[in-house]
Amino acid sequence: MSRMKPEDEYKKTKAFHFFLWLSGEKDPYIGNLEMKPQKEYIEERVSLRERMRENQMVMDKVYNTRYNKWLLLFRRFYRIMAVFFCIMLAGLLLFTVSYLPPTGNASNPDNNEVAKRYIESGMQETGAVNIVTGMILSYRAFDTFGETNVLFIATCCVMIMLMIEDAELKKQEVTNDRRFEPKNDAILQGTAKILVPVIFIFGIYIILNGHLSPGGGFSGGAAIGAGMILYTSAFGFKKTQRFFNEKIYKVTKVSALCAYGLIGIYYYVTGANGLENHIPLGIPGHIVSAGIIFPINICVGIEVACTMYAFYALFRRGGL
Amino acid sequence: MEIFEWIRFIAGTIVLLCGLLIFVIEVYGIFHLKYVLNRMHAAAMGDTLGISISLIGLMIFSGINFTTLKMALIIVFLWCASPVSSHLIARLEVFTNDRLGKFCETGLGLSGNGEVISLEQEDKEDRV
Repeated sequence: MSRMKPEDEYKKTKAFHFFLWLSGEKDPYIGNLEMKPQKEYIEERVSLRERMRENQMVMDKVYNTRYNKWLLLFRRFYRIMAVFFCIMLAGLLLFTVSYLPPTGNASNPDNNEVAKRYIESGMQETGAVNIVTGMILSYRAFDTFGETNVLFIATCCVMIMLMIEDAELKKQEVTNDRRFEPKNDAILQGTAKILVPVIFIFGIYIILNGHLSPGGGFSGGAAIGAGMILYTSAFGFKKTQRFFNEKIYKVTKVSALCAYGLIGIYYYVTGANGLENHIPLGIPGHIVSAGIIFPINICVGIEVACTMYAFYALFRRGGL
Repeated sequence: MEIFEWIRFIAGTIVLLCGLLIFVIEVYGIFHLKYVLNRMHAAAMGDTLGISISLIGLMIFSGINFTTLKMALIIVFLWCASPVSSHLIARLEVFTNDRLGKFCETGLGLSGNGEVISLEQEDKEDRV
C-alpha cells in the first residue's frame, strides 16, 4: 500500500532535495557561498597627508635634540642604567650559580637520589599512576604555579597592547582587517559542527585522565582552546560570545589561578612545616584520586584554554 | 604461530613502505611545482592518503587493542580536518589572486550570482 502525496508537499521533503542533488540538477552550495573577490583597500589622499603631517610634527617637536634637552639627558641616563642593570643581573645569577654543584658529577643529587625516589616511591607519595604528572604537579607544584602565572601575565600584556575599547574603532577593525578572510564557509561550518564537540570531549578526557594516562592540564587545555578557535573561525565571534564572552573569560581565568594558588599554599605550608595534610590520596587508578593533582589539573586546563583562545581573538580583532 | 607473526610483520612493513613512498612523492611534488594550488594538491595527498596508509601499517603491527582504535580515530579526524584546511587555503588564493586565469588553464570562474562563467567575460562586464 502506498501513500499518495500531492506534488507541492513532496517538493518540500528532504528526499526530493536529495534526489535533485543526486541527479546534479541542484548544487546546495551554489548561492550560499561568497565567491566574489573583495575590493582593494585604498587610503584617501586627505587622511594620508594628515598622517604624514602629524608624523613630521612629532619628529620636529619631540625627537629633535636641538630643542629638547631633556631627551638627550634621558637617553644618556637610560643607556647607563641599562648597562648597570644588565651587569647587576648577570653578577647575581653568576653568584648563585657558583653555589651549585658542578655538572656531570656522579654524586650530584639529580643523578642518583631524585630520579630513584620519583620512580620508586612516586606512586605512594602522590597517588598518581602517571609519574610525569606526579612530578610536575606534586613534587614541583611551585614551578608549575610559576608557569601558570607566566601564561596569565602574557595574556594581560597582550590585552594591554591590543585590546580595543572604542566601539567605533572595533567596527572599523572588523571591516578593514579581514578583507580577504572567507566568511560563512559552508564546508568549514559543516565540519566544525561535527568536530568541535568531539574535540571538546577529547580535551576534557585528557585533563581528567592526567594522573592516569599521558596528558594533563597543559595538553588538554590546548585541545580545548583549539576547538574554540575552530568554532570561532567557522561561525564568527557573535556566536562564540553567547557562551564565552569577556566577562566569563575574566571570571574563569582569575578563579582558576586563585584556586590553584589556594590549594598550592595549603600544600606547601603543611609540607614545609611537617604537618599532616588532610587531602586524601585515594586509590591509585581511580578517576578521583591523587590528592591535589586532580583539581590542579583542571585549573591548569582552564588557564591554558583561556590563554589560547584569548591570543587568537586579540590578535585577530582586538577583543574577546 | 611464529609463521603468523612473520606474516604480520611482512604485511605491516609493506603497507608502511607504501605510505612512505607516497610521502616521498609528496615532498618531490612540493619542491617541483611552482604554483600554490599545484603545490597544495601535492601536499594534501600526503596529508590524507600517505598518513592514513602509514597508520594502517602501524595498526597491523600493534594488533587488536585500544591503541588500534585510537589510530583509527586519528585517521577519521585527519580525513575530516585536512581537506577542509586545504579548501580554505585554496579559497583564499582564489580570492586574493587577480590573475588566476594566468595560472589556471580553464579560465573559468564563478560570478557573483554563483554561475560558472569565463573570467574574460566578467572583465568585459566590469568595464562596461
